[in-house]
Amino acid sequence: MAVVERGQAPIYFGSRIPQPVPTILKTDPALDDVLTVNFGPNHPSTHGVLRLIVDLHGEHVVGLAAVIGYLHTGFEKTMEQKTWWKGVTYPARVDYVSFQYNELVYVLAVEKLLQLQVPRKATWMRMALGELTRIHSHLVYLGTAALEIGAISMFWYCFRERELILDLFEMVTGVRMHTRYFQVGGLAEDIPRGFYDQAHAFCERMPKAVDEYEAILSSNRIWLERTKGVGLLSADDAIALGQTGPNLRASGVDWDLRKREPYLAYDQVDFEVPVYPGGDVYDRYKVRVDEMRESTRIVSQCVERLEEMQGEPWIADDRKVVLPPREELHTSMESLIHHFKIVTEGYRVPEGEVYVGIESPRGESGCYLVSDGGPKPWRVKFRAPSFAALHATAACMTDAAVADLIAIVGSLDAVMGDVDR
Amino acid sequence: MSYEGVPGLVETREALGETTLVVDPARLVEACVHLRDEERFNLLLDITATDYLGWGDVPVSGYLATPEGRDLNYPAAQGYARTPKPKPSRFTLSYHLLRVADDSVRVRVEVRLDDGETVQTVISVWPTADWHEREAWDMMGIAFDGHPNPTRILMDDDWEGHPLRKDYPIGGEPVRFSGEE
Repeated sequence: MAVVERGQAPIYFGSRIPQPVPTILKTDPALDDVLTVNFGPNHPSTHGVLRLIVDLHGEHVVGLAAVIGYLHTGFEKTMEQKTWWKGVTYPARVDYVSFQYNELVYVLAVEKLLQLQVPRKATWMRMALGELTRIHSHLVYLGTAALEIGAISMFWYCFRERELILDLFEMVTGVRMHTRYFQVGGLAEDIPRGFYDQAHAFCERMPKAVDEYEAILSSNRIWLERTKGVGLLSADDAIALGQTGPNLRASGVDWDLRKREPYLAYDQVDFEVPVYPGGDVYDRYKVRVDEMRESTRIVSQCVERLEEMQGEPWIADDRKVVLPPREELHTSMESLIHHFKIVTEGYRVPEGEVYVGIESPRGESGCYLVSDGGPKPWRVKFRAPSFAALHATAACMTDAAVADLIAIVGSLDAVMGDVDR
Repeated sequence: MSYEGVPGLVETREALGETTLVVDPARLVEACVHLRDEERFNLLLDITATDYLGWGDVPVSGYLATPEGRDLNYPAAQGYARTPKPKPSRFTLSYHLLRVADDSVRVRVEVRLDDGETVQTVISVWPTADWHEREAWDMMGIAFDGHPNPTRILMDDDWEGHPLRKDYPIGGEPVRFSGEE
């Protein structure tokens, strides 16, 4: 097949992706009365520091440019200067709403380079905390996206349950966000007493809470009119624009890495993958709401399995990579040396390159690592699902009014920390 | 799985269960169209640029590293067991492709470039490449021929240099509005 030249026909029949590809939705020069408006960088409904330059013709959006980079922090550069061990702190700050997942993908990538086996207790706890983070992330999405459309009470309801999840994180890790609980080799600490009971209580409460959210929104006439048929993204367009996760599943593509390429122990838990065919804002909402229910099921299964593993190790026993237990430092010279070497110089990771992708709340969160065999990464790159999601905004904007813009940006659920890194 | 039909294929690498296809930069678009249409890699996940400047000559502690292993007679300072294999060019671009289908599979397409060399844009193959290529330009200074909007994306428009290059100074950013002006 011949290479399709840019600016000619769409890449396939029926594509709504404007040509040329929309970094900018180009304004038609024949239009007069075009008003250019800045959204952001500090507009409350931009999910972080995002600036949209919107050309309006009456109420219709005829041109769009996204200015990003306000939250660019240079994490990838910073991590090249730190040892592998210290680097675990940074990924959580990248996507600050689903912090555990970035931590997890980095840790999994380093473990793949090291070919390190992780104890099963750590695997199951990673799944439990990961799914709690997914619920947390979807709650933040739902609360803010509904708030932007005017349903302010949703925000309070969602943040009520979010507090419970943060309490669980605080109990396990000592911190509410950016936990640094996953270590290369397993977990930083054992699971504290009382976690299982509190997690069970949360799993009992959460489905009822999701019922409440749905009671407020799913058949709410204002919500339906604001979301149904708005921001359409077809399955082919979603794939061409690199969408993954809920945005892709809301366009009718049954694609979930937890089922397709099971990592951790996802092949041993029972859950469904919600798929909706509409590709509009409403279906993206429905996918996420259903995912909250499924994640609750996974958490409860994980906690049940973890209860059987009391007393098992939570981190691999590889003294070249994993810090020795604190109490051994007082009695063992070898342990002291290992501790000193890991903290000061860091452990070495064999030469090679690796890419690991996992299903984060926003889609495929990936980590590409290059090691030269030394104690510091040569290159760290995060595949940010939000980056692709934000890029798809312009394709969703066909025939959109300015009020729809808010609903669309909210529904794509881009977190600016993830976009800008 | 064999990718022998890919146009411009230079080398195929298998490591840690991942396949890397090294492709001639001049025939990248051709190879990508082949991979999309014949091998059904319909989703481009990411484009990563990597700078290999100084690869393998980092000062070493403990002992001097050589390609064969440690040289115990020459102590030095950072402790590599052996020096890494040399890289044929300064930059690589890694395109991570995914087949979204029941028989899903991943592949990495690698292109080797030297400083100043450019590569054709793949926006016509996967529209999502647009921002990823802008990021590679912004962070690494790799230019893409035929890109409709080859501007910076994360850094300011008037930024000098490309921050993720290995020769970019760390901590050397001048302080604006320091009161001395």
